[in-house]
Amino acid sequence: MQTLKFEFPADRPAARRTHVGVVGSGDLEVLMTPEATGTARVRVRTSVDGFDTVWRTVLERFFARHRVAGSFELNDSGATPGVVTLRLRQAIEEGRE
Amino acid sequence: MTSRVPARNGQTDWNAMLARVSFIELDARARAVALLDDGTARELCGPFDRIESPWLEPQGVVPESDDGVVVVKGVLGGRPAVVIAVEQAFQGGGIGEVSGAKAAASLSLAVRDNREGTPTVAVLLLETGGVRLQEANLGLATVAEVCAALLELRALQPEVGVIAGTMGCFGGMSIAAGLCSTLIMTREGRLGLNGPEVIESEAGVAEFDASDDALIWAIDGGAQRTGTGLADVLVLDDVTAVRSAVIEAVGRGVPGEHRSRRIREWRARLDAVDPADPPDPADLATVWAHAVPAEGDRR
Repeated sequence: MQTLKFEFPADRPAARRTHVGVVGSGDLEVLMTPEATGTARVRVRTSVDGFDTVWRTVLERFFARHRVAGSFELNDSGATPGVVTLRLRQAIEEGRE
Repeated sequence: MTSRVPARNGQTDWNAMLARVSFIELDARARAVALLDDGTARELCGPFDRIESPWLEPQGVVPESDDGVVVVKGVLGGRPAVVIAVEQAFQGGGIGEVSGAKAAASLSLAVRDNREGTPTVAVLLLETGGVRLQEANLGLATVAEVCAALLELRALQPEVGVIAGTMGCFGGMSIAAGLCSTLIMTREGRLGLNGPEVIESEAGVAEFDASDDALIWAIDGGAQRTGTGLADVLVLDDVTAVRSAVIEAVGRGVPGEHRSRRIREWRARLDAVDPADPPDPADLATVWAHAVPAEGDRR
């Protein structure tokens, strides 16, 4: 297991907190809490070690496109980049009201 | 008890099958909400309360924010209810210190509500392999607490257990299932004290072949368990069917004698089976139908 932390510039605070997903094989859960800090703070706890670069790339790309400010807690059980992006999109869409 | 699987002359009703909304495909939270009356669900100790297990991270396991047990209060067919749903995708539905304490505490609170004038029923969605091995002793202790709370509550209100699938209900939590007033299963659901792989690893492949799905379902499957009286109601994997079966079970109230109290009956059934020459699973219901306690048997 590995814990990774990232920060990305963001200017759109989410309207409300949301929780999506399950820490089940190939999936992850996302807890999104709105923050008016101008950044997206991401903490990833993943069951698979050594994918720091992939995580950075996937998250960088996501937050460049969706500049949602807040804290994002990701509890990951070996999700692929595609599933990670889908869960993050689901979280920000549900947080939009 | 009557089967609610729509079937005529042993034939599957394909129209009902195609029109259904699968209960099995929902996660624990969605299952709990789907059972309750529309708009009444309110989660207790949800993900943002962050009472995850403190024991997993030090062992290199990613925790889940609700520790794999979702507790939802609401109204079920017009009655106050609490639904305790185990998330099978997280650690195989394994019960740890936190998830077990959530289940036990919500049952105890239901007992208190009942004593204070709010007649609250409990529904347990049991998709669990039993105690989570990473928290062995603490998990066992909380399963004992769950069972104690179930015994206290079932004197006051019906408790409905649902084993829908696909994990099934095994280990310590199968004892909790056995304490429920009514146990509802689907064909896909499984119930057993020891899971197939545990039996195979402990007693050998000759005792139980854990790769033989047909054998597993012939013994542990929902149809067999309802057919032999170890569960009560067989339902189709359908949200509406499961919900109506739960509401109907609640409506029947507290049974006169709980399954787990019918000791003489179960002893007679055990006596009717020779472990050295076990009956074919398909014949068990017939064997047990003839196994009645002897007159004057006071054991």
